[in-house]
Formats: sequence, structure tokens, C-alpha cells
Amino acid sequence: MNSVSRRRFLKISLGSLAVAGASGGAVAALGRRRDASGTTEIRTIPTFCDICFWKCGAIASVRDGKLWKIEGNPLDPLSRGRLCPRGSGGIGAHFDNDRLRSPLIRVRERGEEVWKEVTWDEALDYIAERMQRIKAEHGPESMALFSHGIGGNFLKHTLRAYGSPNSAAPSFAQCRGPRDTGFELTFGDGLGSPERTDIENARCLVLIGSHLGENMHNTQVQEFATAVDRGASIIVADPRFSVAASKAKHYLPIRPGTDIALLLAWMNVLVTEELYDADYVAEHGHGFDEFAASIAEFTPEWAAPHTDLSAESIRETAREMARYRPATLVHPGRRVNWYGDDAQRSRAIALLNALLGSWGRKGGFYTPSIYPVPDYPYPPYPKVARDKVDNPGKRYPFANDAITTGIREATLTGEPYPIKGWMVYATNLLQALPSQEETIKAIQKLDLLVVIDVVPSEIAGWADVVLPECTYLERFEDLHVGPFKHPFIGIRQPVVDAPHDQKPNWWIAKRLAEKLGLGHYYPWDDIEDYLRFRIEDGGLDYEELKAKGILIGEDEPLYFEDGVPAEFDTPSGKIEFYSEQLAEAGFDPVPRYTPPDEGPPGSFRLLFGRSPVHTFSRTQTNPLLMDVMNENVLWLNHGVAKQMGLRSGDRVTLRNADGVATGPLPVKATNRIRHDCVYMVHGFGTTARGLTRAFGRGASTARMVTRYKTDPLMGGTAVNVNFVTLEKEA
Amino acid sequence: MRHAMVIDTRLCVGCMNCVVACKTENDVPDGFCRDWITETVRGAFPHVRLEIRSERCNHCANPPCVYCCPTGASHQTEGGIVAVSKEKCIGCKACMAACPYDARFPHPDGYASKCTFCSHRVAVGDDPACVSVCPTHCMHFGDLDDPSSEVSRLLVSRAHYTLLPEAGTRPHLFFLT
Amino acid sequence: MIEYVNHRSNPGIDPTLHLWGWEIPVYLFVGGLVAGLMILSGYHILRQQWDDERTRGHYVTAPLLSLALLTVGMVALFLDLGNKFYVWRLYLTFEVTSPMSWGSWILLLVYPVLVASALLTLPESLPRLARTFPILGRTARALSARPGFAHATGFGNIVLGVLLGIYTGVLLSTLAARPLWNSALLGPLFLLSGLSTGAALLHLLSHLHPRPDRDDGAFTDAVISAMVHWLRPPDATGQGQRKLEHADNSFLTVELVLIALYLIGLLSSAAAHQQAVGLLFSGPWAWTFWIGVIGLGILLPLALQFMQAERWIRSTIVPALLVLAGGFLLRVIIVYAGQESHWFMAAQ
Repeated sequence: MNSVSRRRFLKISLGSLAVAGASGGAVAALGRRRDASGTTEIRTIPTFCDICFWKCGAIASVRDGKLWKIEGNPLDPLSRGRLCPRGSGGIGAHFDNDRLRSPLIRVRERGEEVWKEVTWDEALDYIAERMQRIKAEHGPESMALFSHGIGGNFLKHTLRAYGSPNSAAPSFAQCRGPRDTGFELTFGDGLGSPERTDIENARCLVLIGSHLGENMHNTQVQEFATAVDRGASIIVADPRFSVAASKAKHYLPIRPGTDIALLLAWMNVLVTEELYDADYVAEHGHGFDEFAASIAEFTPEWAAPHTDLSAESIRETAREMARYRPATLVHPGRRVNWYGDDAQRSRAIALLNALLGSWGRKGGFYTPSIYPVPDYPYPPYPKVARDKVDNPGKRYPFANDAITTGIREATLTGEPYPIKGWMVYATNLLQALPSQEETIKAIQKLDLLVVIDVVPSEIAGWADVVLPECTYLERFEDLHVGPFKHPFIGIRQPVVDAPHDQKPNWWIAKRLAEKLGLGHYYPWDDIEDYLRFRIEDGGLDYEELKAKGILIGEDEPLYFEDGVPAEFDTPSGKIEFYSEQLAEAGFDPVPRYTPPDEGPPGSFRLLFGRSPVHTFSRTQTNPLLMDVMNENVLWLNHGVAKQMGLRSGDRVTLRNADGVATGPLPVKATNRIRHDCVYMVHGFGTTARGLTRAFGRGASTARMVTRYKTDPLMGGTAVNVNFVTLEKEA
Repeated sequence: MRHAMVIDTRLCVGCMNCVVACKTENDVPDGFCRDWITETVRGAFPHVRLEIRSERCNHCANPPCVYCCPTGASHQTEGGIVAVSKEKCIGCKACMAACPYDARFPHPDGYASKCTFCSHRVAVGDDPACVSVCPTHCMHFGDLDDPSSEVSRLLVSRAHYTLLPEAGTRPHLFFLT
Repeated sequence: MIEYVNHRSNPGIDPTLHLWGWEIPVYLFVGGLVAGLMILSGYHILRQQWDDERTRGHYVTAPLLSLALLTVGMVALFLDLGNKFYVWRLYLTFEVTSPMSWGSWILLLVYPVLVASALLTLPESLPRLARTFPILGRTARALSARPGFAHATGFGNIVLGVLLGIYTGVLLSTLAARPLWNSALLGPLFLLSGLSTGAALLHLLSHLHPRPDRDDGAFTDAVISAMVHWLRPPDATGQGQRKLEHADNSFLTVELVLIALYLIGLLSSAAAHQQAVGLLFSGPWAWTFWIGVIGLGILLPLALQFMQAERWIRSTIVPALLVLAGGFLLRVIIVYAGQESHWFMAAQ
């Protein structure tokens, strides 16, 4: 029944294409030239960006030995030669005065941010000694890694060699996890990163709370602009009139938390008016009749009072979607941990796409391919005695990745076994995870907390050992081989030297392994030996990769109509309109709507999102990016603000239902948001004193998330369930 | 030759990449910018219209900043770029007070600074930095005197406006609607 | 309703222009004052008018005083420059469209004329100096002996005074971006304000230092006599003082008319100008303008000087002080509120 996963299939079939790919364009991004005056020397070095996880190919310029600017690599299919503002401002990370300069060992209580500077040997000896003790007392599985981005690869390798399977990234349970689960339950495959959305070919694009343009995922924004330019019909449902909404033909000012009601009503219209892709559903669908029966009652008239939208607007937009199918893309979103039923909401989005026949179709969801680069032949990892700690007994049966908050819970409770050491790489857990209180309590149970970061972030403030990493502009990295429309390989290479005693993650991971007596897991001496081996083993030219920054493989078919086999890795082998596996696990086989909780009177639901110039809480010390935006503001409905006597620029403190406060931050009284919610950009309001540019600027969404709901399907932690009141600063 | 910039407000998402790229390309000092984003919101929720613009010096054909400069530091170059020779500028700030777009600013080193249309890039055939980095491709740069240039074609085929036409400055920045 | 957000925050430019601080109002005030003094003393040189024991000496010191005051103004202007050491660049070019270029060349002419006027009156204004350096006295006498030279100097004072006075206003009115300044009446208005403050300054000096032409030479004595005079003003107002009061009242009256015309002109112009002039009708500048400039700076001194001239009340220095303060305040408000005014206010 179960078919070969599409991605695995590609990996096998692409082997022969590697050589063809390597003989592509002859543009060399690596270079040295003089400017018009003839006195200034400019060096260019291709690399890929690390300011967010998109990993756009870039070319950095160094002018007379000083880092000058960074631009997109035209060869790169992700950036297409154009970075986003964070990428362009990336060089600010190199110049940041707040950077960690040398390894630090804590000398006072955790969280007091008092350190002594030590050498790398002292720091790594200290860590290795503690890790060996944890291994001896509790077993190697009691050490866990939290990481974000490609830079965690080598640390993950060291940890696996040490004997622990426990590593997790907030990108699953705190971000995109629910959506991948929802789509996997329906189509048998997730969305990946970059998402397999064919936005540029969509003739109708539906965004539900997804604020493309503010959420600056480069390729998606570029494709979004292409779609807008081509006159695609855009439908946006959002409690806030986002930038994307301003480009939309239909804007639906939906009440927060009622998206499933809207999705059910949309599907109801498509089914009852027989506007759905009947051939597609008949050919690929499973359980359609049960599905149709279970949504029969959810008419637009039913949804209207729940969603605060008119039945006509729901009907009209459903018909609009049908008009352009299958090139109608209902975007799955990215950070979708909102209300606790997020996997089911994502499944509803998947089902809506299925009705429109957009999965596997041009203008819908394409089928990505990967450049087949061989892995490095490491010795096998030691056998793991105990299962991963984060999801004991498959409590969340449809979690397909490690749950950070599961590791945190195990740390707190000691169940199913204790976690005694955390290694945290490039993720500020205090902003990334819900409930800072729980995170801090868990930290207090640890024997060892190591934080590896570029700047002294909030989580670094609680660490026993802080290891300063060099920025992406100063290091080599593992190869970037991602799933995309066009298979490609990207290389990151140093542009300038690290200014102080910072080291790259691979060096840290390798040295730590050596200190742990696991040196044989790193048979290579230098990262370039590793990179060269993988590239040459794949039959490619390493020097060419270094010169171009990107190697492009040959394109594979993207859509069913081009010959991609329509295979679905679900129990039925089809698109599951009705999900038996959900029913068997005790969940709704077809998504159902539960009304959201109401906040206390006088409070507002706190919504948050992204700014195009910042990534999480990682960029608030970057001088270039802070120059453009150095504080978040609180969006408040204009009429409500007037009633409350608040004007734009007035500063307010937020207080949530648990009495926790953050801010103050300035009010933005605006006609761009509903009356029942407030909105701000995530990542500000840091409490880390070492971040001198960011300390005390704006308000922290993370502090307000004292409450969260856990998705019963996959363990995602929903955070849009907090309500705040506003207190005007005297 | 008349250099001009045409910006499609339908595509601009206000990401500020133009601002950041300008800062690095031109070593714009901390705390200052040569180009910027404005947002205009009309209407009441939920019936709202939002227009986002990437703005900078309009390189006016009739530039008040040039007319009031007492030393000739502010001038128009071949191709209509409004430029400042910093070695001639005494920092009297009259040009800044004369600019209806507030496009100039006092550089910490004492002289008046502003957008140059990246004349150093234009001289070698490149687009200005802001145009070259825009992820939405909402900006176009070219020669108004050349009817086949992209900017000329866009202005013929699309509705557009300039900022503060009532100020009589005849801007070379055009916004498509 | 329209929400407008500008993500720019350039220091000096945003949220409203604040490029020019105290230096520019000081310079504009002093420039106008010197322009007024030049016209008055030019008239004196040509016509030998309004002389009496009390005021004559002040006319003859006016050129020296002007030189000193103008230098204060030039220092203020210099302090405002961003690139101070490039100031000589002003004199490598003449930019015909730039009032500032005109101004710098006018100032270049003003100085020699003031020096010539000062030399002409030196034996009277600073007899001790003339005695110490006989060459100065001889030069002065030689020059006064040539009626053509005195005539040219007097004429030059008036012409350059008018140019200087008008230029300080035109300087602002040509800065097209600030609608509050976009009035050709700003030049005449600043000229008239310069005349009224010039007359007031002479009036003030004649009160404070009744007999500057007395050759007692002792500085302390002059100070003491001034203090005595301050405490016990002369019973009768001199002929010259009355003439100054009359002149000042004429200037103030015309100034008032010009202000009215200026306001009417802006109010009946485009939206941007209407909004700009709104800064003078409401908000923080309105109080200073109507009470400070119009009430205390023009109407009250008008009334007081009228009553003094009619000998209904005793002559005091109060009206002169009020006129000077009002003149300065006028420049402050026009410079500051003008910077706040903007085309975009109306456009958005």
C-alpha cells in the first residue's frame, strides 16, 4: 500500500544528473577587482546567508580588506540574485559590538550574567568533564541539543556520537510542525523548507493569517510579487490588514481563532455547489463521501456569526478559488502554532487544496527535487539504549519530529528519564519556547547548560558555559542541499576573519568530540577536507563550487501533468479526505470547528508576527537592522484607541491574564486591525543586558505567552491564546 | 539623457531592503538614511487601502535645493542627477530647508548628503543599489529620453504620479498605481 | 481619515525639520537691526537730520555699533555652518539664484561702507581714539572734506541697508519647501522690522547714555551717569528722541500692515500655506506670536510711544526694549514655525 516517498525516489533517480549539472553557467562569483578609481581593491566571495533559515545564495564584497556589502548570488535559485533586507544587513552581524568575544564560564547564579573569560581548552574541558559525568550517572541520552539552522549539523553529529538521540529545533513544535502534520495526514508528505508552494504560477492565492511581505521568506516574497504583477486573484483572511491584504482582491477581516469555521464553509460551498475538481478527487481521493457528509452542515450562513464575516463574502471567495483551480494555492503558512487545533486547521487547508486539485499541479504545490550529494562516511553511531525523550509513548501520535517542549518537560519531571544537560545552539529558547517560567525551572534542574551563540542572548544569560561562535561571514558550513524546484548545492565560506576568539560550529563540535574521546567520528582534519570529500565523491568539482557558490542540477518534472507520479504516502495511498488513522487514534477524521476561548472583558487577544528586517530575537543587536527598526509597536484599532484615550506614539505596558507585564512600547493606532486583538512584531523586549542596542527596547511577545495550548496530534505549542490589557505609561 | 526611477506601488511590500542596501553600498552613517519607506492608509477598517512607497531624492528637473545653494556645491549632472560636491559644501543647510521631500540630511561630517542615484554604479551601467536588490522587482531605473527604455515604456502604459507636483519641482521619481 | 507613516528618522530632518537653532534667528535679527541702523544713519549722513544733544552722538556711533553687531551675527551664522572651514567657498562663486550667495556678497560690501561711515564720524564718536592715533583723525577730516565721499557713504548705507534688510527675509521666502516662508512680503516685513528695531536701539541708547558726545573720556563715569539716568530719566524728552519715536511708530505701523498682508496672503493661498499659517493661529507658536510679537512687540510700544510723543506720559526705555524683543521674537517664530511647516501636511 505504502508508496515510495517522492523525495527518496528522486534521490535515487538523480544520481546520473550530477555531472550534467556541474557544467552549468560559467559565472564566477569569486573575484578580485579594482574600482573605477583604481586605488580601491574589491574582493567578492560567494557564500550563503544565515540571517534566517532560508539560506539564500549571496556574494559578499570586501573593500580594501573591510567587509563592505553582501548581495544575492544570481546563480542561486532561492535568492535569484536578490537578498531580503535581513540578508543585505547581514554584514552588521560582523560589526556588532555586542558580540561574544571569548568563551565564558559562569561564576555567579544562573541568569545573573556574571562570567569569567576562559580559553577554549578550559571551556571545552569543562563541558566534556560534565558531559562524561552525565553519561556515567544518567546515561548519554540525558544530554539534549536544541539547535536552529544548518549550523547545528556538526553538533548533532557529536551528540549522536556521544550517544544521545535527543535533539530538537523550535521550528517544529513552535512553528511549522502542525502544518506538516496536517499535510502529511492528507497527502502523505509535508511541505518542507522552502515550502513546495508554486506561488509564482498561482492564479489565485489564498493566505490565511500568512503575512508574506512582512514575513520575508525571500523566494516566496519574490514569487508573491510576481503573482501580484501577473494579476493573480489574492484572498487574504487575517484579523489584521496585512501588507499582503493590501495587495488582495478580497480581504476577509476574520475573527481570530475561527479559521477552521471559514475553511469548513469554503469547502462546503465547493462541495455543495459542485465547484471542486471532481476528476482529481475521484482519481486521487479517499473517503470523499464521508468527508462531504461531515461538512454538509457547515454552510457560509453557519460560519458567518463565528467568523464575523458575511456569508456572501465566504461564498464569493470560495467561487473565486474554484474559478482558477487547479492553479489556486491555499498557502499552508509557516508559523502556525496558534490555537491548539493547528494540525487540524492545517489539515483543513490541505483538504481545501485537495478539493481544488492544487496538490501536484502547476500554480499549486510542486514536487521538489534534491541534488544527490553523498553523506560523509562516518563510523556508525553507538546504539541508543533509550528512545527519544520528547514524545514518550507516542503521546502525540502524529509528531514526526522532535518536540522541544517535550524535552523541556522531561527535564522538569525526570520522566520518562531525566535530562541533565542542554546544549543550545543559535536558538534563544527564552523567546522561542512558550512559558519562560517553565524554561527557567527546567534550566534549574540541569547539571550543564552550554550555549553556543554569536551574541549574549537571553538564553546565554542562564548558561554555565557560553561559547562564542563566529558569524556566518567568518566560517565554513556544512553544504546546503535543500529540496526545491531546481536541485542545487550551496557553499558557505569565510569572507573575513573572526574579529576575536570566536570559532566556527564545526570546530567546536569537532574539538568537543575529541575532548570526549570521540575524535574518530571526525576522520577529517579541516572542514574543507569534509566538504571536498562530499563534493568530489558526488563527482563534482569542489573548486567550481567555491568559485560560483552554487551548483545547479538538472531540473526534474515538477507537476503531475509533467509526469510526476501521483503517489501519496498515506495509509490508503490516496489523498485522505476522511482519515481512518485519525479516527483510530481518537481524533476527528475530518476537521471540526471549536469556538476559541474568550478573553476577560477589556482585554485583547495578543497576536504577533514578523518584521521584514528582523529574524526572531536574533537580529536586534545588528547595527544595520536596528538602524531601520529598533523597537516594535503595538497595533491597536484606531476607534478603540480613541475610546481609550490613546494616540499613536503613546507608550503602553502590556499585562496578561497572569499579571505578567512587558514593555512599554509605543501604540500604533491604526485602521489596519480588528477591535478585539492587538498585534506586535516578535523578538523585541530582550532582558539580556549584554545586548546593548536591544536591551529594554520594545515589548516581548514571549513574556506574554505564559499560557499555551498543546496540539493533541503532534505536540505543537499554540501561543495565540493569551490576552492582554494595556496600561498607559504615566 | 534623463535618469529616472519608476516604482510600482502595487508590488512594493515595504521590506526596506532598498534602505539597507543603500546604507551598505554608500556607507550611509549610523542613524541616517538616503531612502525610506512611507505607508499611507486610507479608509476605516476593514475597508482600507494601503499604499507603500520607497522614496528618496526625486532628482527634480527643477530642483529648489540647487537654486538656493550659495557655493554651487549642489548641482545637476549630465543626465539630471542632483548631486552635492562635498568639498564645496559649507553646510549652510539651505538646500535641506528648500527640499519639499526632506530628501537631504546633514552628514555628521558637516556637509549635505543625499541619494546620488548611485551615480558610481550608473556610470558603469549598473542599476542603483536599491533597484538592484529589490526582491519584488518593484523598482526600475532608466533613461526617460529613450522611448524604448523600461521606464519610458512603463510610464506610457501605466497610470502614475509624482510626489507634490504642486511644489513645481518636476520629479524624476514616478510611482505606478 | 488618512494614516501616514514615514519610516525615515534622519536627525535634523524628522519628525519635523529642526536644522536651524538659535544662531539663525540671532543672525536674522541682528542683520535686520544693522540694516535699520544703516538706513537711519545713512539718512543722517545725507540730511544731518534729527540731531539734538541727546541723539546726535548715537547716529555717529551707529556705524561702529553696526560693525560690532554685524560681527556678532556673522559669528552666529558661522557657528551654524556644518563645514566651517569651507566658508571661503562663498566667495569663489556668485550663484545668481541663491539669496544666500547674494547675501554673502552684500555683506562683503556692507563692511567697507560701515568702515567708511565709521571713519567719517570717528572724531565725534570716539574722540580719544582719534587723538591717540592722529592718522585716523586726519583721514576722517580729509574724507569729510570731500562732500562727494560723505554723500556716497550715506547713499551706500541706505542702499545696502535696504538690500540687507530685505535679503534676510528673501533668504527664507525662496526656500520653497516651507510654506510658511513662501511669501514675498517676508523681505519687506523683515526690512521694516529692522527699521523699527534700529530706531528703538538708537532711542534706547539715547536714554541710557544721554551724552555720549561729551568728551569726559572716563568709562566709569559714563557707566555711572548712565545708571543715574536709568534711575532718574530726564524730565523732558528731546527733540531727536521724539523724532525717533515718531519714526519708530511709523515703522511699526507699516510692519503691522505687512504682517496682516502676509497672513492674509498665506490664508488665501494653497492648502499647504493655509496649514502652515495655521501654526500661527493655534498651537504653541500662536501664543508667542499674538501676545509676544503683535501685542507686546508692536501694539503696546506703538501706544506707549504715541503717548510719550504726545507727552501724556514720561518717556521711558520700555517701548524701545519691547520693540527689540518683539523683533527678535518675530525672527524666532518665523524660523522655528517655518521649519515645522511642510507641503506634506496638506498633501496627506
